[in-house]
Amino acid sequence: MTQIDSKRRDFLVKMAQGAALAGTGGLLWDYILRNEARAAPYALRPPGALAEDDFNAACIKCGQCVVDCPPKILHLEPAGGALPIGTPFFDARTGPCIMCPDIPCMKACPTGALSPELKKIEDARMGLAVIDIENCLSYKGLRCEICHRECPLKGKAITLETHPRQTSRHALFIPLVHSDACTGCGICEKVCPTEIAAIRILPHKLVQGKIGDHYRLGWTFDTQITEDFKQAPQAAPSSTPEPGGKPGGLDYLNEGGL
Amino acid sequence: MSNQPAFNKADALASVEKLHSRGFAANLWSWRYILLRRISQFGILLLFFGTAHWSWQAAKDVPLLIGNLSASKFIGLIPLTDPFAALQIFLTGHVLQRESLIGAAIVLGIYLLIGGRMFCAWACPVNVVTDAAGWLRERIGVQPIFHLPRTLRYFILLATLVITVISGLAAFEWVSPIGMAHREIIFGLGMGFTALLAIFLFDLLILKHGWCGHLCPLGAFYSLIGKTALLRVRFDTHTCTHCGECAKVCPEPQVLNLKKLDERGLVFSGECSNCGRCSPICPEGSLKFDFKPLIRSHNTQARVRADAIAVQRRTR
Repeated sequence: MTQIDSKRRDFLVKMAQGAALAGTGGLLWDYILRNEARAAPYALRPPGALAEDDFNAACIKCGQCVVDCPPKILHLEPAGGALPIGTPFFDARTGPCIMCPDIPCMKACPTGALSPELKKIEDARMGLAVIDIENCLSYKGLRCEICHRECPLKGKAITLETHPRQTSRHALFIPLVHSDACTGCGICEKVCPTEIAAIRILPHKLVQGKIGDHYRLGWTFDTQITEDFKQAPQAAPSSTPEPGGKPGGLDYLNEGGL
Repeated sequence: MSNQPAFNKADALASVEKLHSRGFAANLWSWRYILLRRISQFGILLLFFGTAHWSWQAAKDVPLLIGNLSASKFIGLIPLTDPFAALQIFLTGHVLQRESLIGAAIVLGIYLLIGGRMFCAWACPVNVVTDAAGWLRERIGVQPIFHLPRTLRYFILLATLVITVISGLAAFEWVSPIGMAHREIIFGLGMGFTALLAIFLFDLLILKHGWCGHLCPLGAFYSLIGKTALLRVRFDTHTCTHCGECAKVCPEPQVLNLKKLDERGLVFSGECSNCGRCSPICPEGSLKFDFKPLIRSHNTQARVRADAIAVQRRTR
């Protein structure tokens, strides 16, 4: 009886040891994985890339997008780098995406980490151009605007806003980025003439805020209230024009009436 | 099953003597599979590298072999995907695209049907490192520190899958020294080589056949796949003298359990990587690559006939 008991105890202890070993090792492994995958959120992914967490899960790290990229701007992050290991990225300052219309990198992806749902390269959202207004030459009153001129979606992704000259103030021609059109290709960052680019591409997650659903912007959509205040459709002028050619109706300010 | 001759020490010693008295040419010839394997391993690397860096093409605008061992495309047409990587990505919850599924099926089919665990000995770049470590370990005569069960790799394989589900990341692909080495040879250097160095030192000084034989979950995966493969080392029990030279060079010596081999007539374990070390070293030529017939009954009949012929020969 005691022998059976000790045998059973041995077995249970062995099981517990095995489970402890597996648990410790597993937790450590899991920790390393999460650290590696979520360490640096600065990676600029090829067009069509899924959201960062999904992309990290889906990318098989094969490098076919890297080989098929015509301007050879994509790289796989080597081990020990700041970005998640083995995944493709590009550096906008040294090599921006040239926005090939046929998107060969996305087509090369075997797993769908670069999603084939991207049909037009203009719909890609690799990142968002952000301007450092303290170092942007245009904000200093210089006629730079290189980013605006070189932008592949000039007039949509980057527009120029003019601020006329004032006393003791230079006229400004300020580049303005529109997130609804900017693909994050990085050509603006590449061509920016300042020593360190004053316009750069950052992942949306790092720069874009969210206004929140509880703000009701009444003037942007129709409610009962806006309906009530809506101008009635203009009726045809009721009174006939008076002699002298003046239109009748609403010009009571000049008539001294009321 | 068969009437196996009793173990005879004199015969075994004679076999060992025969092996050691081999001439230079015979010795050189016995390296043929190792040479072929290196050509295969480095050749695969070269094909990937050449396509990535020198734009090697099979025809105009048809790249030869793009990608790496995780996933690739041969002549712009045939997708090849590491089935273990695909399995992990599937377990993260990502719905794989058709191309990678077809690729995984092709690779899986090849290894299920023909090659077994051949990936380890014929394609994996880490094998070059572990082979070198094993060779050097034998040369210096490193004493073992401890032992680990070789079944450990199956538990690591299981852990890989569990952690993949929990973390939502392909657990082995993110730490795989195989992937690191292969990527960094093809796509640019990083710290991945320190992983190779670590494996080399581990195999050399800490545990014999440590990585490939005990830890690697990819090897474990292919060991499970390899059970049905047709390309096998056939074992001839009538010529074998049990000298044990094959088990000395085998990186997975448990697969050469001669008593069990006699029952089946071939090396049947999935853990055999068809590396071809045993076959040329055998002084009696008892171990030879052969294809296992697809239908088992056919196999048995052939063996019965072969046994009968062998018995006739001996009694003559």
